[in-house]
Amino acid sequence: MHHPAILETIDALGEITLLADSARIVDLCRYLKDQQKFNRICSITAVDWHPSEPRFEVVYHLHAVDPTPAKSIPAVRRLRVKCRVSGTNPEIDSVTSVWRGADWYERETFDMFGIGFRNHPNLIRILMPLDWEGYPLRKDYPTHGYKYSYKGEEAK
Amino acid sequence: MKQSLEDHVATIAALQEKPASPSAPRRMTLNMGPQHPSTHGVLRIVIELEGETIKKAEPDIGFLHTGIEKQCETINWAQTVTLTDRVDYLSNLGNNLVYALTVEKLLQLEIPPMAQWMRVMLAEIDRLNSHLVWLGTHALDIGAMSMFFYCFREREEVLRLKEMFSGQRMMTSYIRPGGLALEPPRGWQHAVGKFIRQFPGRVDEYENLLDNNPIWKNRTQGVGFISIEDMIDLGVTGPMIRAAGIPLDVRKTEPYSSYEKFDFTVPTYTENDVYSRYRVRLDEMRQSARIIVQALEGMPEGAWQANAPGVILPDREKMKTQMEALIYHFKIVTEGYRVPAGEVFQAVESPRGEIAYYAVSNGTSKAYRLHMRTPSFGNLQALPTLLHDTLIADSIAALGSMDFVLGDTDR
Repeated sequence: MHHPAILETIDALGEITLLADSARIVDLCRYLKDQQKFNRICSITAVDWHPSEPRFEVVYHLHAVDPTPAKSIPAVRRLRVKCRVSGTNPEIDSVTSVWRGADWYERETFDMFGIGFRNHPNLIRILMPLDWEGYPLRKDYPTHGYKYSYKGEEAK
Repeated sequence: MKQSLEDHVATIAALQEKPASPSAPRRMTLNMGPQHPSTHGVLRIVIELEGETIKKAEPDIGFLHTGIEKQCETINWAQTVTLTDRVDYLSNLGNNLVYALTVEKLLQLEIPPMAQWMRVMLAEIDRLNSHLVWLGTHALDIGAMSMFFYCFREREEVLRLKEMFSGQRMMTSYIRPGGLALEPPRGWQHAVGKFIRQFPGRVDEYENLLDNNPIWKNRTQGVGFISIEDMIDLGVTGPMIRAAGIPLDVRKTEPYSSYEKFDFTVPTYTENDVYSRYRVRLDEMRQSARIIVQALEGMPEGAWQANAPGVILPDREKMKTQMEALIYHFKIVTEGYRVPAGEVFQAVESPRGEIAYYAVSNGTSKAYRLHMRTPSFGNLQALPTLLHDTLIADSIAALGSMDFVLGDTDR
């Protein structure tokens, strides 16, 4: 796989990871879908490396599936793409234009980490209530939230 | 970027206003759920109707969100297995299995054949459990009430088997990183054998009951079509995609836990409607029964846990007599075992489709990040496409054919 957006290819524990330039992620995803036949998005999530910088890693898991109905078992391939995103203004382009299935995963990542996906059609919270404060899966977010506290602890 | 609650309410209010031009058909917005019985849990769908045709359906999820992924970061690797049960509460052993495989991949543990076969057998027993609950409740939604009683009769036996193995009917936590939680109980061969010998006859019974029923056929055949391109684009997996003719099954495409040693087929149909999804699940129950029989007959002898003293709790007897075992026990119970730094992705075929865990370890005894790619979340995303331009009366059949579990969706 050769694409200018690929910064590094890592092969660990039998899984291939591409480290990609976050500014050109849509370009790369379109190339992976059209040329490399990764026609299915398996999941999108993020990892928070607080307090180091760039703080977030957005992780895409792709899946190549033969889309023709057949009796024989299709050969499949998997690929992981990672992008580093800064913590001061976490934003990355949305890949919903490449795979429609990216929609809810990007909303979930926005909901949990507060990473904005530019050009997403409907970027609102999906799992948490719409008026929730904070992003629960960030490492600086307390497990019991900001609003409540356990017995003996002071409420924030 | 952030949309406030007021904005959201205003959007809904705007949708309910009269259309701009008088000639345009008037749309009605209907709220379905979260307490509607056919949504199987707490799913809310905002439906826009033109007459009786659904023009837009917007699922609203998150009512069962319990922050499991966040919780996984606060407890150690060994404790997390109890949370995986609660993700998909109809397929606990399947979830235990995917978690165990993920952690074992990070630890690079070798699992003895007996434990692997036992895991396959238990995962298939749980697939029967999930499909039985689906068949019973789906038929109940459509109006065939007696199916529910027949399916739950067999489900009761499945739950008894689970109780026999683990002491728990639902939240088993029986498959753990490193092997099984306990030694299989005495007489399990007899109990499983008795159940599995009569089970194929019971599946024939369900088939007779439903396939000779014209109401069932009328309500399911030709209902709930969604194209293959849409399904792949939206990430749909499991019986939904197999009912369209694509034999996509992780057990075959990327075999895990020695599934490659079992002889079974992946049932596919090409009609791509609610009826063919029912047929796929019915055939899958027969295939699962075949796998269970093979596991029962060819179960290898040997250990049921890997030989990894730092990861697996030592034997009670050894703990009381050997110093080393006592130290390991103390270390595992107090601080948990350390998992080498790295990241892995492991997919498993759950009754609903592809369930995959993505784990990131930073070398400590707690997961740095554990993401659960759950099949219900991925499949539910296709709901607006599935319900578009269908009649409101068909929406219940189409919805039920997806077989989602809201605990699995919201985590």
